[in-house]
Amino acid sequence: MENNASFTPPKRNIFPYRIQIEERSDEAPKWLSPALTLAALLVAFFITGILISAVGGDALYTFSKMWKAAFGTWFALSDSLTKAIPLIFCGIACAVAFHMKIWNIGAEGQFFLGAFGSSLIVLAPVVPAESSPWVFIPLMMISGMIFGAIWGIIPGFLKAKLGLNEIISTLMMNYIAVAWNNFFLFGQWSYQGFQMSEKFPQNALLLRLSDIAKTYSIKSLQGMALHLGIIFAIITAIVIYLIIYKSKWGYEIKLTGDNAKAANYAGINIVRNTVLVMALSGAVAGLAGAVEISGVVKRFQGSISPGYGYTGVIIAWLSKLNPLLTIPVSVFFGGLIIAGREIQPSGIPKMMQGIILVSLIAFDFFLNYRLQFVRISESAAE
Amino acid sequence: MTEADPFVVEMKGITKKFPGLTANDSVNFSLRKGEIHALLGENGAGKSTLMNILAGLYRPNAGEVFVHGKPVDFKSPKDAISEGIGMIHQHFMLVPTQTVTENILLGLDEPKFIMNLKKYDQIIQKLGKENNLQVDPSAYIWQLSVGEQQRIEILKMLYRGCDILIMDEPTAVLAPQEIEVLFETLRAMTRSGKSIIFISHKLNEILEIADKVTVLRHGKVTAADILTKSITKEELAALMVGREVLFSINKKTCRKGEEVLSIKDVYAENDKQLPALNGISLQVCAGEIVGIAGVAGNGQRELAEVISGLRKVTSGSIWSRNLDLTRAPVRKGIDEGIGHIPEDRHHVGTAPNLSVTDNIIMKNYNHEPISTKWKLSRKAAQKYAEEMKKEYDIIVPTVDTPVRLLSGGNLQRVILAREISNMKSLLIAVQPTRGLDVGAIEGIQKMLLLQREAGAGILLISEELEELVNLSDRIYVIYEGRIMGEVSNGDIRKIGLMMTGTKLEDIPELSEVVNGAEN
Repeated sequence: MENNASFTPPKRNIFPYRIQIEERSDEAPKWLSPALTLAALLVAFFITGILISAVGGDALYTFSKMWKAAFGTWFALSDSLTKAIPLIFCGIACAVAFHMKIWNIGAEGQFFLGAFGSSLIVLAPVVPAESSPWVFIPLMMISGMIFGAIWGIIPGFLKAKLGLNEIISTLMMNYIAVAWNNFFLFGQWSYQGFQMSEKFPQNALLLRLSDIAKTYSIKSLQGMALHLGIIFAIITAIVIYLIIYKSKWGYEIKLTGDNAKAANYAGINIVRNTVLVMALSGAVAGLAGAVEISGVVKRFQGSISPGYGYTGVIIAWLSKLNPLLTIPVSVFFGGLIIAGREIQPSGIPKMMQGIILVSLIAFDFFLNYRLQFVRISESAAE
Repeated sequence: MTEADPFVVEMKGITKKFPGLTANDSVNFSLRKGEIHALLGENGAGKSTLMNILAGLYRPNAGEVFVHGKPVDFKSPKDAISEGIGMIHQHFMLVPTQTVTENILLGLDEPKFIMNLKKYDQIIQKLGKENNLQVDPSAYIWQLSVGEQQRIEILKMLYRGCDILIMDEPTAVLAPQEIEVLFETLRAMTRSGKSIIFISHKLNEILEIADKVTVLRHGKVTAADILTKSITKEELAALMVGREVLFSINKKTCRKGEEVLSIKDVYAENDKQLPALNGISLQVCAGEIVGIAGVAGNGQRELAEVISGLRKVTSGSIWSRNLDLTRAPVRKGIDEGIGHIPEDRHHVGTAPNLSVTDNIIMKNYNHEPISTKWKLSRKAAQKYAEEMKKEYDIIVPTVDTPVRLLSGGNLQRVILAREISNMKSLLIAVQPTRGLDVGAIEGIQKMLLLQREAGAGILLISEELEELVNLSDRIYVIYEGRIMGEVSNGDIRKIGLMMTGTKLEDIPELSEVVNGAEN
């Protein structure tokens, strides 16, 4: 348009301004990021509202129903938080690796191996069934972390030493993990021919609110599924936050992530750090599996994850890789899962999740770019 | 080629400015039909900029370009190609997994939908034969040698109907035999009426292949349209590096101390596993600046990298005082207080998205007071960064600003602050002032001299001869990974000759400096 302007008579424009996209040359102000998140959510709910209306629903009524189902009652909140626990762990696991620009999408497989590792303690059995929870729980958690870590170290080592693409290797490891678990499910740990193990002894299960209700006969807590895992998740988030933002090692991770050549030049051992970061990432995802088995599933079985590991990638991204932010983001997602179940088994809720995601990620564009309105006549004159 | 041949290209008063730098300053250049015209100059003299303008990649700030006598205004390389001007870059733009024919046809309107490759294979084979460019049109690019790939690039331009070819340092990537073949091809092409611009800084080649030569220095023409028949290599070297009296920085005499760097017979390979250093020996003492002069790509980068431990030597030894640095990990050199200002300040020297603070603590983050045991104290880091900001005049709003937002001069100050404050005895500075404006250059040169006076040994690797001569107490000249000789009196003539591959012993002493066509 600019170049031909001098040869053609000026056209009449209905809208005398033109939108110009410009890269930000300075830093975006601090308030912009949360503001954009809010705006993205509003836009997402608006679009979903149109969708719900289009299929003949009442959008506002649906939203209020969803809110109630997710956070409206103490029961609902307990369910949403319970759902959030594995998401927090997986989100943290991904965030750790992403800080070093290692694209670990193997949290799913590491989750499965964590579940296997914790079950091993009960089913092998490593300790007798009548052991106290003080023996069971720490052993199960540590075993889950070790197995998850191994599942992270393998692709980490392959990447560091042979330059293997970790996206492919971690993804492939996910399939192996599922098959690995199935091998035991269909084999020696199968209970009466079903693809699940026997129920774990009470001492191998994480404390739940309903247990507390029983012991101290508190009526209001009866039947609540929220378990001790939430405490573990919060502690993990804090520990990982300290590692990434307050420790020497965290600095090395971030420096390597931003510029591996500079890190090498600063004398940082990249091979060692790649393996260690993948081990940590795998351990956290493994812990997710261990907590889920011990807190929710109560036995070793198949299909224990509706894709927690993959959702972890999204959660890490939406939390801007900040482990502490994975908590609210996961609670939001947990609530969305619970509320979705309330309104429809599938369809709209899934679609809504997708719309929220796309909208959140799309709005990040404005962190790096700004829109400017330019008068058309001005721009033609340049 | 005679003077009667018409001009095919005329560039008049071309000026091209980049932020902080004038790459071309009213440059005139002309090319006649059927000639090979060499464009000579050091790195950064403005050769490539001028040719990028002619090839439509850049637009000049001022000046006119005439092609076949008619004024043109290229907006893109496509415009230039349609006028018959094609540029063959140093780095080839070929798709390795496609065949020769596919690469040549890439981006063209014909064939439209069905790729009748057989038919085009024949056309390309024929075109190759006509121009002495033998290729197998159905071969894949990855199967071809570098020399063959260059032929494809030339064919690509010929297929698009170009009769004016710009070759950007075409011999830099070739083996000697391949160079011979290329020269044969170029001669054959000029016989069939094509005109060639040959960018180079290798004097022998220019004298061998070119009919005429134009010399650029600091963006200006120092000599235009000289017939290669009537000039010697020495004269060309003088024109290229200039021989006006260099202004001398006020420099105190050097107080040479103990040896802080001793390199003996070092061999090393480059990233492509080709020999880059071929038996280098040199020493740096405390309190002196030792310059390394040389045309880019003769092993300078590799030399800096083997000293700092980023690259492993294949044989030889490197010692700093009583410390064996041969094959030592990078951290050992850092802990020993060896500073390294890397050539590439954006991709090696800094992490762009991290803050000034994070970049400034890169070499001492694992020492007190910035970190204790596992913990890194943000407060201590911040305080340290603030001190550095003040001491080295780093101009940033806050030390939390990501360094990608910093100007080149400020970025270099961040690196200097970090390297100098952690340095104890030896500083390796690679191109420390490249791409900076005059003020920043002066500041950085002063800092280097200050360190020298404080007793540090500095190895200064630079392509800026003036800078080397001004700052260095001694200068080694490197060529193809070997030291050609050492001068301590800043004899530009000798340095220039050594840079082009003549050993110091082989340079005749001339009492009279040759008259160049400077004016």
